[in-house]
Amino acid sequence: MAKMGILIDTTKCIGCGACEKACKMRNGLPLDLENNLSATAYTVVQERLPGTYVRRMCMHCQNPTCVSVCPVGAFTKTAAGPVTYDKNKCIGCRYCMYSCPFSVPKYQWDRVVPYIQKCYMCADRVAEGSEPACTAACPTGASIFGDRDQLIEEAQKRIKDNPHTYVDRLYGLEEVGGTSVLYLSNVPFEKLGEPFNINLPDKPLPVYTWAALEKVPTIVVVGGVVLTGIWWITSRRDEVKKYEIKHKEQKKLTGKGDKP
Amino acid sequence: MELPKVTFWRIVIAAITMLGVYYTVLRYTKGLGAVTNLSNKYPWGLWVGFDVVTGVGLAAGAFIIALTVYIFRIDEYKPILRPAILTGFLGYSLVAVGLLYDLGKWFDVWHPIVFWNPHSVMFEVAWCVMLYLTVLGLEFSTVVFERLKLHRLNHLIHILIIPLSILGVILSTLHQSSLGSLFLIVPTKLYALWYSPYLPLFFFISAVSVGLAMVTMESFLSMRFLGKGIELNLLNGLARVNVLVMAFYLTIKILDMAGRGVLGDIFSTRFESIMFDIETLVQVVIPFFLLLIPAVRTSAKGLFVTSLFVVIGFIMNRLDVAITGVEASSGTTYFPAFGEVMISVFLVTMGFLAFAYAAKYLNVFVHVEEKEEGPVEIIHDV
Ligand code: SF4
Ligand code: SF4
Ligand code: SF4
Repeated sequence: MAKMGILIDTTKCIGCGACEKACKMRNGLPLDLENNLSATAYTVVQERLPGTYVRRMCMHCQNPTCVSVCPVGAFTKTAAGPVTYDKNKCIGCRYCMYSCPFSVPKYQWDRVVPYIQKCYMCADRVAEGSEPACTAACPTGASIFGDRDQLIEEAQKRIKDNPHTYVDRLYGLEEVGGTSVLYLSNVPFEKLGEPFNINLPDKPLPVYTWAALEKVPTIVVVGGVVLTGIWWITSRRDEVKKYEIKHKEQKKLTGKGDKP
Repeated sequence: MELPKVTFWRIVIAAITMLGVYYTVLRYTKGLGAVTNLSNKYPWGLWVGFDVVTGVGLAAGAFIIALTVYIFRIDEYKPILRPAILTGFLGYSLVAVGLLYDLGKWFDVWHPIVFWNPHSVMFEVAWCVMLYLTVLGLEFSTVVFERLKLHRLNHLIHILIIPLSILGVILSTLHQSSLGSLFLIVPTKLYALWYSPYLPLFFFISAVSVGLAMVTMESFLSMRFLGKGIELNLLNGLARVNVLVMAFYLTIKILDMAGRGVLGDIFSTRFESIMFDIETLVQVVIPFFLLLIPAVRTSAKGLFVTSLFVVIGFIMNRLDVAITGVEASSGTTYFPAFGEVMISVFLVTMGFLAFAYAAKYLNVFVHVEEKEEGPVEIIHDV
């Protein structure tokens, strides 16, 4: 299956919250609207500047930080695009929350057995060839679902056709290795806050930790050899010393010289 | 415990224990939200920063002394071996217990054994800590076997001790540095003075430094409260090594900051910069210069005070990296809740008590007996 994605065009968003409601209905979450992403809100629409709305959700990174950091591999980047979470594997270390560059995963802090909660791009619907509940509910086409490559083409066409409306940047094209969720805007992204962090590198973040992790086998092998070598040398030295002491004592006792 | 101070300390310990138990019950019946100030914007706090990230570093003395005695075979340091390994074992045990408080699904703590993700630093740390705790347990078991007169088992450990120590040193090198690698994933969240591609190296070297300092402090405290300790000249030797370690640490830190072009930030009046400066002064600069003074290096008090600086500075460093350094990017502030602090204090207290009891009932400080034995016997003993 092609890698699917979502294109969010902030110029078309009217802040109606239809996506939020659709998501909450779809996922059996309490229906009251919330201001921020939370364990009970996988997507929210926030008015960042007067009349400019930004819809937040998981970015479904191409090379997701959450997938790489989770010690038990609870996250999966599916072939179709969505990044899904297996609550049974999760141990609740919250490293995913700490490290996600877009601060997406949220936690059920008030529960005795808490889980991570986040948008999963309605992976089950996508697997059936259908589209997520939120994009289906969007009345203006501000959120559309489709093949990521086609969405990129479409977005670039919009920028080209309306150069005075859009800033010349498709957010999510390159950031941290690219994301499945893409944003268009008529306001410079850095003025809009999360998830737009213009300091993020184009390199996927897992590359940074892998630089250290890939040295592990070398450390084990070299460390093992060097330490064993040192031990061998020092223990030889001690044996020799022990022998010499014994030898000297013998010499003293028997009064014999070095030669037999 | 027969000292006159006993009653006072007993009251303090009883109070801490009661609060500790209270917050433990609260945490396990009402969840993390009821006890901690953690939030969606601030998912890691004191328990990760102190109980785990700091705790592992403070217990680093065990692998350094095991390396010195078993691999380098510098026999003079044998008297330090047992207290260092005991501290290591207790320290890592407390880290494991601390994790059980912090993990949301603590009962699934064993999952990394079956669900693997070699791309995760946390996965590597989990395995190393698990294995190393086992190594420490085995290394320390000889003290217990000796006490119980289980000579066969004791002999078995003696046969295994060299491979065990080699394994222990490798595992420690890996996870002490990997605790730094944990933070490599947040290049834009962690304040620039702390974020460096060399975090793993910094974490490793500072762990060595604090490991040496901890051994010194323990010895001093044991002497004070239990009448058992280690000779000054040995601690002096450790201090000399630590001077070199600290000089190296400071040098590479400065080179790294200069290389990344953030050296000027240490003069900034930002909260983070000030914290960084204090931390560096306390952890490295002050103890380094103190140890250069012969009068300090050769007195028990002097060594204790310098070690205290190193330990406090080390704790600050780890808390800075794990907590303070990401505060600005989190969009909120965090200060540990009373319950969080109490649990940490509770765990540390339990650690001290366990150490005191072990030192009292087991043959942990053995130097007086062994000192007279001469080189041949000591070699034979290994
Ligand atoms: S935005 Fe965060 S949670 Fe979503 S895929 Fe990327 S790293 Fe994972
Ligand atoms: S909290 Fe759960 S999903 Fe997140 S990194 Fe930890 S184990 Fe993985
Ligand atoms: S894709 Fe599904 S889970 Fe994600 S925000 Fe839309 S409706 Fe919610």
